[in-house]
Amino acid sequence: MADSTLTIDPPQEQVGDTTGSAESGSRGIGRAAVLAHRRSPAHDLVEEMEQGSGERVRLRELPFLSQLAVRAASAGRSSAAVAGALGVALPSRVGEVTGATDGSGVAVLWLSPDEVLAVGQDEGRSGLSPDVWSADVAQALASEPGQVVDVSANRTTLELSGPCALQVLQKSCELDLHPRVFPVGAAVATLLGSTGVILWRTGEQSWRVMPRASFATHVVRWLLDGMREFR
Amino acid sequence: MGATQPQRLEVGGAIDRSRLVELVVDGTTVMGFAGDTVASALVANGALRVGNSIYRGRPRGILSAGVEEPNAFVLVKGEHDESMLPATTLELVSGLDLRLLDGIGVLDQKPDPAEYDKMHVHTDVAVVGAGPAGLAAAREAAATGARVVLFEQDFALGGSLLAQPDDLVEGLPAAQWVERVRAELEAAPEVTVLTRTTAFGSYDSNHVVAVEKRAEHLHGTAGDGVSRQRIWHVTAGQLVLATGAFERPIVFADNDVPGIMLASAVVGYIGRYAALPGRDAVVFTTNDSGYAAAHALVRAGATVQVVDARDGGPGERVAAAATAAGLTVRTGSAVVGVDGDVAVEAAWIARIDADGALVGDAERVPCDLVAVSGGWTPNVSLHSQRQGALHWDDDLAGFVPTAPVRDQHLAGAVRGTYWTEGCLVEGAAVGQTAAAAVGFTREDGCAATDLDVAAVDEERAARAGRTRQLWLVESREGGYATHFVDLQRDNTAADVLRATGAGMRSVEHVKRYTSISTGVDQGRIGAVNAIGLLTRLLTGDDARAIPPGQPGQDERVGAPGSAPDGIPAGGAPRPTPGAIGNTTFRAPFTPVAFVALAGRSRGELFDAARTTPVHPWHVDHGARFEDVGQWKRPWYYPRPGEDMDAAVARECRAAREGVAFMDATTLGKIEIRGGDAGEFLNRVYTNAFKKLAVGKARYGVMCKPDGMVFDDGVVLRLAEDRYFATTTTGGAARVLEWLEEWSQTEWPELDVVCTSVTEQWATVAVVGPRSRDVIARLAPDLDVSKEAFGFMEFRETVLASGIPARICRITFSGELAFEINVPTWFGLTVWEDVAAAGADFDITPYGTETMHVLRAEKAYPIVGQDTDGTVTPQDLGMDWIVSTTKDFIGKRSYSRASHQGAGRKQLVSVLPVDRSLRLPEGAQLVESGALGDYTGEGLPARPIPMLGHVTSSYHSQALGRSFGLALVKDGRNRIGQTLIASFEGRFAEVEVADAVLYDTEGARRDG
Repeated sequence: MADSTLTIDPPQEQVGDTTGSAESGSRGIGRAAVLAHRRSPAHDLVEEMEQGSGERVRLRELPFLSQLAVRAASAGRSSAAVAGALGVALPSRVGEVTGATDGSGVAVLWLSPDEVLAVGQDEGRSGLSPDVWSADVAQALASEPGQVVDVSANRTTLELSGPCALQVLQKSCELDLHPRVFPVGAAVATLLGSTGVILWRTGEQSWRVMPRASFATHVVRWLLDGMREFR
Repeated sequence: MGATQPQRLEVGGAIDRSRLVELVVDGTTVMGFAGDTVASALVANGALRVGNSIYRGRPRGILSAGVEEPNAFVLVKGEHDESMLPATTLELVSGLDLRLLDGIGVLDQKPDPAEYDKMHVHTDVAVVGAGPAGLAAAREAAATGARVVLFEQDFALGGSLLAQPDDLVEGLPAAQWVERVRAELEAAPEVTVLTRTTAFGSYDSNHVVAVEKRAEHLHGTAGDGVSRQRIWHVTAGQLVLATGAFERPIVFADNDVPGIMLASAVVGYIGRYAALPGRDAVVFTTNDSGYAAAHALVRAGATVQVVDARDGGPGERVAAAATAAGLTVRTGSAVVGVDGDVAVEAAWIARIDADGALVGDAERVPCDLVAVSGGWTPNVSLHSQRQGALHWDDDLAGFVPTAPVRDQHLAGAVRGTYWTEGCLVEGAAVGQTAAAAVGFTREDGCAATDLDVAAVDEERAARAGRTRQLWLVESREGGYATHFVDLQRDNTAADVLRATGAGMRSVEHVKRYTSISTGVDQGRIGAVNAIGLLTRLLTGDDARAIPPGQPGQDERVGAPGSAPDGIPAGGAPRPTPGAIGNTTFRAPFTPVAFVALAGRSRGELFDAARTTPVHPWHVDHGARFEDVGQWKRPWYYPRPGEDMDAAVARECRAAREGVAFMDATTLGKIEIRGGDAGEFLNRVYTNAFKKLAVGKARYGVMCKPDGMVFDDGVVLRLAEDRYFATTTTGGAARVLEWLEEWSQTEWPELDVVCTSVTEQWATVAVVGPRSRDVIARLAPDLDVSKEAFGFMEFRETVLASGIPARICRITFSGELAFEINVPTWFGLTVWEDVAAAGADFDITPYGTETMHVLRAEKAYPIVGQDTDGTVTPQDLGMDWIVSTTKDFIGKRSYSRASHQGAGRKQLVSVLPVDRSLRLPEGAQLVESGALGDYTGEGLPARPIPMLGHVTSSYHSQALGRSFGLALVKDGRNRIGQTLIASFEGRFAEVEVADAVLYDTEGARRDG
């Protein structure tokens, strides 16, 4: 179907206006009501994160971002099909992000030679359910080798920002995060302390840290601990 | 104020006389100034004596002014006492309460409440040492725009310049020059200057590890979250070592009496701290550098006599200065002993011959200070940690680096460049070279081009002057029992003699026989003097006899000579220090607290605790948790007044008689896709999946090539080309890696890929005869009847809440059971909905303990508990799961004799004859007659053959008795036999039974 005209980020007033959208089998329950049942991995830490944030460094969760795990050998028919469906060319080397590298729209992050992660918006903002997004992109793959799986709930997204964000990360990330080496718009899978995360620089002083859901509490507390001296 | 510091000079020093700092030493208050070290404050108070020596209890004094200090160790009292800190590097801050130590510390048993953390940075150029060479290197590298990290262990920049603040450097007084460079560096955006930071380890890829002291000097004003110490991990494109050199003492009788001090330390205490170590001094030197101490002492108003071991005395330039200053110099002489016990009272001075033996009578010269200089040892520790080569330079009388390690540079005293201008030229040159090597050059093109490094090389030896290699000075009375070589270890020349007398030849053996160089100062004081001493004790033949692989094999052997008394002089020529070689340098350069290395990984932050979305509910409902890998899993949910047994019994009853539910989110989950996915799974599981119908599920076992069980789980077929496999909780990551390994490296032709979806899905298991009723309420669209929704099938549906779910009919208890899978973020809601839907059935949450009991009653194995990597599916009684038609990983192993013959351990159950006895897991099983007369006391007379061991053991609520699973040799043939379980020195009879104890006909799974 290769629908590259996905509405990713509709105006805010559309939010909540997805009641009764033509989701198959929604049992007549409005989609907004279903989405209200979601609870993000760092839900209970909102207050802690607010208290731990200040002028120099801030931490918050960007919950529920839609995410598709894509396996497709780069520069093959599979990747072309997926790219077409996503409307974004796939990245081809370590660190590369294609699409909205600042996270404002659909971005695709390189994870391994045949593995990328497409990141979109929360369904609550975009109106596009990750099930539907994933099914559409998977359909584009047709019978080609590869895979498209909805992994939206697999990881959550934390945003660490501010002039001291870099120093907080340097406390536990062994990579070279200097702008010459790790420019805005780069992302890698790495370790933060002992925990595997995807680290994505969305701005000069703004980073996305994406741990798997079960690690979210630990990663939030770990980052808050590192932020204390800059509060 | 001055009265409290009798040895403080009226003027001078880089101390802040406006800031008086109080210090308590062993209960006595001492005053110093900001800018002092503890040692310099003690010197200013005339308190040279510190603690006693470690073994012999001899009074000791401050010897040095730096990290090489072997005597002046203190314990700093605090919330957590810290031991063995050298007073010579300990910055004087307010509130210090110290105890002088006798060469050994005590680890405080109280936890250290302070915080420690880490920082990881990358840099283009790192410079270790901020003396003139290091500062020049950092300045040049920084001017190119390169990233620069400069490490300085001291709290002030300047290195050797700190001791000579008035010397002119590039036309400025040294102190001003240092200040100017500091300002330049701090203004450069890409430069990090780290004072109070010791680079203690150097590793491959120019990875340098350092420890920074961050808190004490802030006098308690450090804010929350500022660590007390920080470990820096710095990866540098290029590394400049400007680490300086250490002065060596001289080995003579009673050379450890308080008041004997390194000459360079005397210069430092006077120049940097305006503290005068003595008023009547003897300077005993083997080289020109000792004269600096004489001049400093004279300028400070002390009387000085110079004793120069060299027959010819100093070089021309130094001699002229000595004459100009009116110094009295005795050449060809030595201090052969001192009077005094707790302080130097007099030095005995005599002429010595070529072997250091007295010529004529010694003269007693009253004094309160003996400044000694036995030559210089470049500080090559970090160079050597990277296996950088060293050689003995006879002109410089020291081990110097042969060439820098790759991507490293050496500048200044570390390579024997012992004068400031030489250091500046070398430092600037390597700063440029290092930056250029990583692609940085000065944009303004004004790189100093007149850096005449060749001239520095030519001048180096002349500048160092001639050093007499005087390794031992004979005493008036003979003997070497107070000729200290390693003051920290209390080792003397007599100890070295004992070592060689016992046949030790290699310096490594002498080190270990004596313990020289194994102290806190790592041989900075004693190592080279010990090596020098060996050149006098060993012959060239001895050195040649050192086994290959030991130090010193490639060096030439020196001239013949005599050895000290007691050791027969060999006919063969004496070895040089190079022929003896040096011992190995290892990290850390100076001691580092383990707590600093641990960083923030302590307590709650020690490791990640993985939690499921339902975790808050578990906590609210009083769950006790069990650690399963990193996961926190509910273990059981005790109600008020219940112990674990009562809670588990209740949970088991609910699952077998009513309905219970469990959080199974932690199971590993992998989605597999591709035209060959079925073929791939056929190859990795022992049973077949290719023909599994869409909508159906099947339990599978995977084995390693040796045929041993590796993991197990249920696989769903989602679509023709899509499967969904679950793994054990602990096996998720390694199973995914296993699948990737085989698909990528062995069968790349197969169209199949895998993605971990472990955390995408939350899983709620609803178990028990009433589970169907609960599921019917939750999923009103689903026909849950036995006919419509069969065992090992799954359905996609929408729950009453509107949440889409995948529901499977899978059981891990033998009961009718369902597993509800929803995206993780719906997990808590769905769990709560299950609790609500089952409330009027008294639905009961259960944890891992109940899960274990229920599955063990059905003999469902836990991989890793009932298996240990030596167990096949057949051993588990699961022949039915091993395909005889298709090939799969491990299949060929089953035709091996070891897998087919008798004697394999097989899974059975064991029923203690005492129905209430719960055997410990791991209990050994033996034949009932095998014990003989062994009672369990001590060891049996002969080995008793073991038949196997208990792998799982519980109390069964359903059976009303205890039971266990066990791996038993030929177990299935032993059903009905009575065996003996041996544990904790006890024996108990157990009956072997079929593995499955409950619902043997499998009637309960359909409810």
